[in-house]
Amino acid sequence: MLEGLFDPRRWEITLSSMDGFWNGFAFTLQVVIAGLALSLVLGTILGVFSTTRSRVLRAISRVYVEFFQNTPLPVQVFFYYMAGPRVLQAVLGAASPVRLSAFAIGALGVGLYHAAYISEVIRTGIESVPRGQMEAAQSQGFTRAQSYAYVILPQTFKVILPPLCNQALNLVKNTSVLALIAGGDLMYNADNFVSTYGYLQGYIMACVLYFVICFPLALLVQWLEKRSKERPRAKNIPGITPEPAKEA
Amino acid sequence: MADMIEIRGLNKYFGDLHVLKDINLSVKKGEKLVVIGPSGSGKSTLIRCINYLEEPTTGEVVIDGTALTKKNHLEMARKYSSMVFQQFNLYPNMTVLGNLTLAPIKLQKKSKEEANKAAMAALERVGLAQKAGEYPQNLSGGQQQRVAIARAMCTKQPIILFDEPTSALDPEMIQEVLDVMIELAQDNITMICVTHEMNFAKQVADRVIFMDDGQILEEGTPEHFFTNPQNPRCKDFLNKILH
Repeated sequence: MLEGLFDPRRWEITLSSMDGFWNGFAFTLQVVIAGLALSLVLGTILGVFSTTRSRVLRAISRVYVEFFQNTPLPVQVFFYYMAGPRVLQAVLGAASPVRLSAFAIGALGVGLYHAAYISEVIRTGIESVPRGQMEAAQSQGFTRAQSYAYVILPQTFKVILPPLCNQALNLVKNTSVLALIAGGDLMYNADNFVSTYGYLQGYIMACVLYFVICFPLALLVQWLEKRSKERPRAKNIPGITPEPAKEA
Repeated sequence: MADMIEIRGLNKYFGDLHVLKDINLSVKKGEKLVVIGPSGSGKSTLIRCINYLEEPTTGEVVIDGTALTKKNHLEMARKYSSMVFQQFNLYPNMTVLGNLTLAPIKLQKKSKEEANKAAMAALERVGLAQKAGEYPQNLSGGQQQRVAIARAMCTKQPIILFDEPTSALDPEMIQEVLDVMIELAQDNITMICVTHEMNFAKQVADRVIFMDDGQILEEGTPEHFFTNPQNPRCKDFLNKILH
């Protein structure tokens, strides 16, 4: 059966029926962007919640994180698929269940799921900033919110960027869960191809296309990790720092 | 001279631990006060109560006639006090210049040019103008603390609190920081300094207080502490740090 994998004719047919793959690829990219935006915003809010003094906010964040980290993504996505339309019907007071697009389910699914992980990344980032930083800011008269905005959060960037990109990478791969609900994404189209033609080339093609998105992200993670360990170099501030010596 | 700071009946507990016991203390405008005492005596907690980094359990801290409260303490800090920490606490994500201009720009609403100018003047005074574009972690401990002092000067509050400013420094860097503080003491600002540097006390302090076990056990001029301390614990302490 495996010799089919090396059959040039099958490859030829696969490469000439790429339209479905590209459609899926484009759709997957859209879900990635929307899901990433949602998970970043929600994850940052929850991450900040988990470091505040308010017990209520900390509890909200904790419960959310534990729930989403300890239940499987496919189950969550099935739930949105089945329950979402009825929930919307109830909320909007519509006569019949309101259909949720595959795009919405996908973005919501990976967005909510990865928000939990991103929240943890943000929390560890904030906790890595020494207490003295908040004290210094408050001794100058900054409010807690200002201290977070100007002093604490900017310092976390270096620490959190590598694990954040890692989350983005996982989010890309996890969009393939959409295939389970006939989502029109890359994996779904690849699977369609394989069922139609019986050629395993379809899955390999899907792998290649996921790899094309994920590998640069993996390289970015490595580069960011390396950069986060470097000392910053002195900045040139026009009119204030001495002009750098010109090469003769 | 009027009182700049008045502390009345101040008690501070950390859980069951009674860290400050009924402290009463006035500091005049422009006075240079040095606080000495063994570690764990409550001296850091005392000055941290003056800018409300620690909230008093009972009693009050009055700055220029206004009592500090949970509500007004940030506004009071902006107006009256800045602090220099043992661990410097410079903002590592900003250049030296950025550290000095953050509060003037964001809190005092100064223009960037104005803030830069004041910052450079402060850096000039601590001898680090050439380091304006450098990041804190590329500076020595002594240089970082001098930047921190410049940051405190920049916001021009009438009170500067020093919490063991030289304790985290290598011995060879202590003097450069003390020199800056001695020079700063020429200004008409109120300085409260927790330190073990008795030579510094001798040169700038109008008054020294000795704390142990959460209480002020002795106070007087630096001269008095060198020649005629009364309290046995104070004598003992001075013997240890002066030899």
